[in-house]
Amino acid sequence: MNETPYSYSAVSTQSPSKLPEPEEVPSDKMAKKVRRWEVFPGKNKFHCNGRIMMARQTGIFYLTCTLIIVTSGLFFGFDCVYLAQHVTPAIPAIGGALFIFVMATLFRTSFSDPGVIPRASLDEAAELERQMEVPNAGSPGTYRPPPRTKEVVIKGQVVKLKYCFTCKLFRPPRASHCSLCDNCVDRFDHHCPWVGNCVGKRNYRYFYLFILSLSVHCIYIFACVLTNLILRAQQDNFLTAMKESPASIVEAVVCFFSVWSVVGLSGFHTYLATSEVTTNEDIKGSFTARRGADSFNPYSKGSIFKNCSQVLCGPVPPSLLDRRGYVVPDSSQAHHVSGPETQKERESNSVNVRHEYYGSTTVTNQKTGNMGTNTAPDLPPPAVVTTADEMLPAGENVKKREMISYQTPDGTINNKLPPLNGDSQSALVAGN
Amino acid sequence: MDNMARLSSSQCTKVFLQRDFTEGTGVRFQNKFPQELEGKIDRAILERTINTVNSIYLEAESLSGRTYCESCFACMTAYIAYLCMDTHYEKCLKKVARYIEEQNKTVFVQQGLMLVDPAERGLRVFEICILTEQQNR
Repeated sequence: MNETPYSYSAVSTQSPSKLPEPEEVPSDKMAKKVRRWEVFPGKNKFHCNGRIMMARQTGIFYLTCTLIIVTSGLFFGFDCVYLAQHVTPAIPAIGGALFIFVMATLFRTSFSDPGVIPRASLDEAAELERQMEVPNAGSPGTYRPPPRTKEVVIKGQVVKLKYCFTCKLFRPPRASHCSLCDNCVDRFDHHCPWVGNCVGKRNYRYFYLFILSLSVHCIYIFACVLTNLILRAQQDNFLTAMKESPASIVEAVVCFFSVWSVVGLSGFHTYLATSEVTTNEDIKGSFTARRGADSFNPYSKGSIFKNCSQVLCGPVPPSLLDRRGYVVPDSSQAHHVSGPETQKERESNSVNVRHEYYGSTTVTNQKTGNMGTNTAPDLPPPAVVTTADEMLPAGENVKKREMISYQTPDGTINNKLPPLNGDSQSALVAGN
Repeated sequence: MDNMARLSSSQCTKVFLQRDFTEGTGVRFQNKFPQELEGKIDRAILERTINTVNSIYLEAESLSGRTYCESCFACMTAYIAYLCMDTHYEKCLKKVARYIEEQNKTVFVQQGLMLVDPAERGLRVFEICILTEQQNR
């Protein structure tokens, strides 16, 4: 009999298909850790082993980078040389600082998690479904679709929370699902192709500061280029000046055409930030009077200064995704562990990885709703099969093998394929 | 006592406390006592735990002078400072994690329950696992 105080969840099953014998499965492959970004269900692209997160289409982002870097490069290489000598060396210094700030905020906007809400775990989704179905149980003959909105009153304003079918959760207020990235994003503003990412709660301030600093940078370069040309033209004429400094023409053209859109956008977002409204809400007209007599913005703090402070200097939650954590190769685990465990092993939303090793659908797969995007796309939707508490008796018609990770009484963690059915009982009782 | 094995929650009943949005979009969990926990734990204990956790989140999300200075300083370093330090919010989340772990160890596991840190659930829900008899000795 098992003497240990806690029983282990042993799902010792046998795959019907091409699973190799346990001795043949190389232990290094089983132990190979998969990072969570590799099994992320959204359509994002990750770089640098999960540190960088972007949208799928990034071509326009590279165009943005190229335009800024080339124009600034020409500015530093040509105009600054002349202006530093003839006017003041502060000009390239200020230009340099502006350029660094523009690029830093651009990279922050593009590479960070915009505030993606991780998809609901299977248990949560099941619980929500259960709660939504119960009211309809009374009338078996008629079919009424279960309610997919929830109403909540925020500071006197009624706000409807919509249910997201992809993420299997009720979206928090101000969150929206981005179809390009296939994620629910908190305080969703818009999806910006120029930065190659969504703009949401976590990166809105970087986006705002990017377009603001870019406007200043554009105007600054334009002004410096004009100064350069005029100073040169004073010695000669304008045409000669332009011939001497052709890079200035290129910069002037780029800046002239960019400045209208960038400054316009900055102005628009300044208005949004001061009234605590997102682009999404503005487009939908969520808070305009025409919706009803008493429609107002419940998130506004009341004053322009307070709204701005909140948007630009307010606290920002860390990424809820934990992209670089390791996937725990086990079925749904909520474990309480003692000291030696690292933070990485306390992951939730654990999935069964290496589907190709373990056959088809996995038991109580917690891959937050959407399966198979990274590993085996042709897998059927997961069937939630309840696992038995006890070890399966030897003669059971079992489905698949599953890697389990368990902690033995002496504290070591083992990740193993359990032995075949007949031996499972003895193997675990022996407390290997 | 240290020998807490990994408990598989596929065998637990799970109770979820949803987010409370009545005060706005800040992180806050509903404090209504779920029916499934009747008799398992004292109402006051759970309420106190939820209230403490909510208050830590409130502190994390408040725009205090400290947060303001932190943000301005980071802005002046072109946000490179964020690569080196933990924000106030992150520190508060770690505080929540430590608190929940401590509460689990001292109070909840003995009563047959286990709290899951909401950060592990993407701050969507506050999950409480009802451990089955087999897992609870």
